[in-house]
Amino acid sequence: MAHAGTLDIKNLSKQYRVNDVPLPVLDGISLSIRPGEFVSIVGTSGCGKSTLLRLIIGLEGDYKGEILLDGQHIVGTSLDRGIVFQEHRLFPWLNVEQNIAVGVLNAPGSDASKKKSVQEHIALVGLKGFETAYPHQLSGGMSQRVAIARALVNRPEVLLLDEPFGALDAMTRGHLQQELERIWRTEGITAILVTHDVEEAVYLGDRVVVMQPRPGRIRRIVDVPLARPRHRGVAAFAAIKDDVMGEFGAAPRPTLSDR
Amino acid sequence: MSTTSTTTTRCIDLRGWALPLALLVLWWALTAAGWVNTKLIVPPGNVLHVAATTLSDAAFWQSALSSVTRDVSGFGVGALGGVALGSLLGASRWADRLIGPSFHTLRQISLFAWLPLLSTWLGYGELAKLVFISLSTLYPVALGAFEGVRGVTREHVEVAMVYRFTRVQLLFRLILPAAAPQIATGLTLGLVYAWVATIGAEFLLANWGNGLGNIIIKGRSAFNVELIIVGMLAIGLVGTLLNRVAARLEAHALRWQGRRA
Repeated sequence: MAHAGTLDIKNLSKQYRVNDVPLPVLDGISLSIRPGEFVSIVGTSGCGKSTLLRLIIGLEGDYKGEILLDGQHIVGTSLDRGIVFQEHRLFPWLNVEQNIAVGVLNAPGSDASKKKSVQEHIALVGLKGFETAYPHQLSGGMSQRVAIARALVNRPEVLLLDEPFGALDAMTRGHLQQELERIWRTEGITAILVTHDVEEAVYLGDRVVVMQPRPGRIRRIVDVPLARPRHRGVAAFAAIKDDVMGEFGAAPRPTLSDR
Repeated sequence: MSTTSTTTTRCIDLRGWALPLALLVLWWALTAAGWVNTKLIVPPGNVLHVAATTLSDAAFWQSALSSVTRDVSGFGVGALGGVALGSLLGASRWADRLIGPSFHTLRQISLFAWLPLLSTWLGYGELAKLVFISLSTLYPVALGAFEGVRGVTREHVEVAMVYRFTRVQLLFRLILPAAAPQIATGLTLGLVYAWVATIGAEFLLANWGNGLGNIIIKGRSAFNVELIIVGMLAIGLVGTLLNRVAARLEAHALRWQGRRA
């Protein structure tokens, strides 16, 4: 089983330069994530939530502050940190099995153990029987399952998810959220999900971090003390969802008692 | 590219035969009726007769083999060079700035304009022919590879970064496979150019060597129009055959793209 990582973000700031004018995207982000915790980050577009994820994965640098994984400063990308992007980003010339194997290409271990891990993760994301299918033969939901398997196959300490279900239809999205919850529990991994879907954030997160834009800051962190697996229909779920929605200035939906 | 779809259709479409058959009938009628000078426009029957004697001569097959060997060798060298050059220009902005302008300017010089210089330097032998054929192949292949490598998406490069690809892995596991469709288009075009150049070289760098182009030259010097036509038909048929084989290989290599409309 993978070792779940502890992620510490301390006073993180990041700015871009647009036409030589500094444009702050993130300002003073501090967040501590426990091993095995599932943290959701929600915010409107432009609040810097994707930038935050890209900094943690190491695709962007040049920031102020600290990002520590198990007490170590992160440097560039690393196999300790896996990511699922909004688009599946599979290689169209590789089949399902080969695409997942990209995840262990540079991981330590024997070929046999890598092969085994690939097979296990094909099973984990429910794609047994599709090993030799090419991406063009897969639906959007199936492609995203392959992407999840690819991110997990080398057993990273942290899994980052950048609006992974944003491009899927509502039915598929709901189903994959359930699946992701199960996979996260099976793997016992630390997970950070960036989304603009408040319901998704509450359904999956142990905590929901609400961000606000210009510059990107943490507005509030909402605990989600609900037992798993969760049910979206119960009042407690709706209450937390309304609480989070309230942070966006949206009026809570009328409840039954208001009628 | 489009030939892949026609080869996969179950029924053979006969419409493509209509035009050649009509011309054949017209040709036969004109010569049979004696409306044309049959010394210049020879009757199809004579061509068939010359074809039969030519095909039964081992020298013809030797010529065909020579031409194909020449074509494939020149194509091979040019294709390798083209993929390397195109990939370099596509992958490195620095190389593109440095070499790109010269490459695109040289490209404007008609290939046949190279021949006087090549023959001055290298004579009329096999090497001059090979260089000419390679050069003809190089351009379309390099352009295809350039376009293909340029088209590698930022998103896929990020995936490669996340999984810590080495430079070698980046080239062989991302850049070349991603560029494969455009490289294949370049190669298909390069194959056509190479065959044109092969015959051109046999023509314009003519020596005692043999090849399908030499058959035509022999026909012309002997005022044997039948032989000229047989040579032309042989060139067309061999070229078509080469392209068919290439199309099959391409369809197999790019099967991950699925059926294209």
